[in-house]
Amino acid sequence: MKHIKTLNTKNLPNSAKKGGCGECQTSCQSACKTSCTVGNQACEK
Amino acid sequence: MIHKFQFENSNIVMDIHSGSIHLVDDVAYTIVEDVETLSKEEVMAKYSGQFETAALEEAIEELLTLKEQEMLYTPDQYEEFVPAFLNREPVVKALCLHVAHDCNLKCKYCFAGEGEYHGHRSLMSIEVGKKAIDFIIENSKHRKNIEIDFFGGEPLMNWEMVKETVDYARQREKETGKNFRFTMTTNGVLLNDEIIDYLNENMHNVVLSLDGRKEVNDNMRPTANGKGSYDIILPKFKKLVEKRGNKQYYLRGTFTHHNLDFAEDVKHMTGEGFKEVSVEPVVAPNDMDYAIKPNDVETLCAEYEKLAKYIVTQIRQGDGFNFFHFMVDLEGGPCVHKRLAGCGSGTEYLAVTPEGDLYPCHQFVGIPEFKMGDVNVGVTNTEMRSKFEKCNVYSKDECRSCWAKFFCSGGCAANSYNFHGDIHHVYEIGCELQKKRLECAIGIKAELS
Repeated sequence: MKHIKTLNTKNLPNSAKKGGCGECQTSCQSACKTSCTVGNQACEK
Repeated sequence: MIHKFQFENSNIVMDIHSGSIHLVDDVAYTIVEDVETLSKEEVMAKYSGQFETAALEEAIEELLTLKEQEMLYTPDQYEEFVPAFLNREPVVKALCLHVAHDCNLKCKYCFAGEGEYHGHRSLMSIEVGKKAIDFIIENSKHRKNIEIDFFGGEPLMNWEMVKETVDYARQREKETGKNFRFTMTTNGVLLNDEIIDYLNENMHNVVLSLDGRKEVNDNMRPTANGKGSYDIILPKFKKLVEKRGNKQYYLRGTFTHHNLDFAEDVKHMTGEGFKEVSVEPVVAPNDMDYAIKPNDVETLCAEYEKLAKYIVTQIRQGDGFNFFHFMVDLEGGPCVHKRLAGCGSGTEYLAVTPEGDLYPCHQFVGIPEFKMGDVNVGVTNTEMRSKFEKCNVYSKDECRSCWAKFFCSGGCAANSYNFHGDIHHVYEIGCELQKKRLECAIGIKAELS
């Protein structure tokens, strides 16, 4: 494409089909403790 | 839903419901909203004076191609998942163990009321620690990974108990096949060589509290006799991190109304050799002099942007570092289920007081109506659990229409409670800062791509 470059190939709908195993880290245990940030957590799969 | 913004030289378009992020030129950036709602002819007519016909046609084609590929203008399709996770079997997979409701610092902004959580000074016994381990093994059901955070007050004030609890969990780990990941959050005052070596060997993560520049840190984090803590702590943290190798840690600070130029604190921390840094806004009642005020938001957003640009420069010079709130995994990252449900407080994540009482998270400890049970009998306040379970991005009107909803997942329930008396609201200042941080995080990726 000339006008657009896609930065990532994240596919949220696919993650909805496969996800939900619950093995990932709990958000607040990492560093924050006062502000919920989920988007920076890693998937364990 | 799309969200577009500019960062340095990048025009960025986020497609919220697919998770796709696109870097676009000025033509596509200008017309992207209209291509969703207008016909091709209408878009051409509207912008014919601004862009060349060929460029407009190409950009429209490309945007529509992305739509066909479900990477742009993707409709919201996730609300239907909510009933499924509301009906999930309750699982607890993370505990915040308040091993000491006591502290050897007198941090002015402490949400724990200088360690005591609105109660009396107390230490967790090893019996309660073991019960907590038994409780989570039983209640984590089929989950393998279990997280335990040794928290306080100051957890090193109950050091022998921490070690015994780790030993006990390791023993039970072998029997049960679970995988315990321990974290300690410490102010560092009591660190010594033996403790440093133990933490580096046994803790999956350590969170080391320091606010940045000496004068900033010492203003908010004095010792019991009113002196600064910076000089006591910094050499110990340096030693711990030097010996830690590649294992996870964060040097974690809090910024307040008194240091809105917190990027200078981040620079100070990285200048001292720390490469994993988290500096976060204080959450405090509006009437406290150090609380973040609504009028501070603009200044803070500019400061986040300044920090993000500094990080880009540092990475390009081969001297990069991680700033926790700018870390975002655009390729992987959590699944939609996790993004809908949020941090797990009150459900997957609970806090345990020194006496063994269970609360939805560390920030609710000491508020009587939030007590959920104890480690002996388990969760008995199922009404409270159900209330937290129902908290998700679709249960809050403010979140439903927000472009950041799949990154913050509805925000912090404790912040909502503290500012609105109810967990089903949002903390507006926190939202504005969160959105700016996300733009910075994605902007950094865009600039470095």
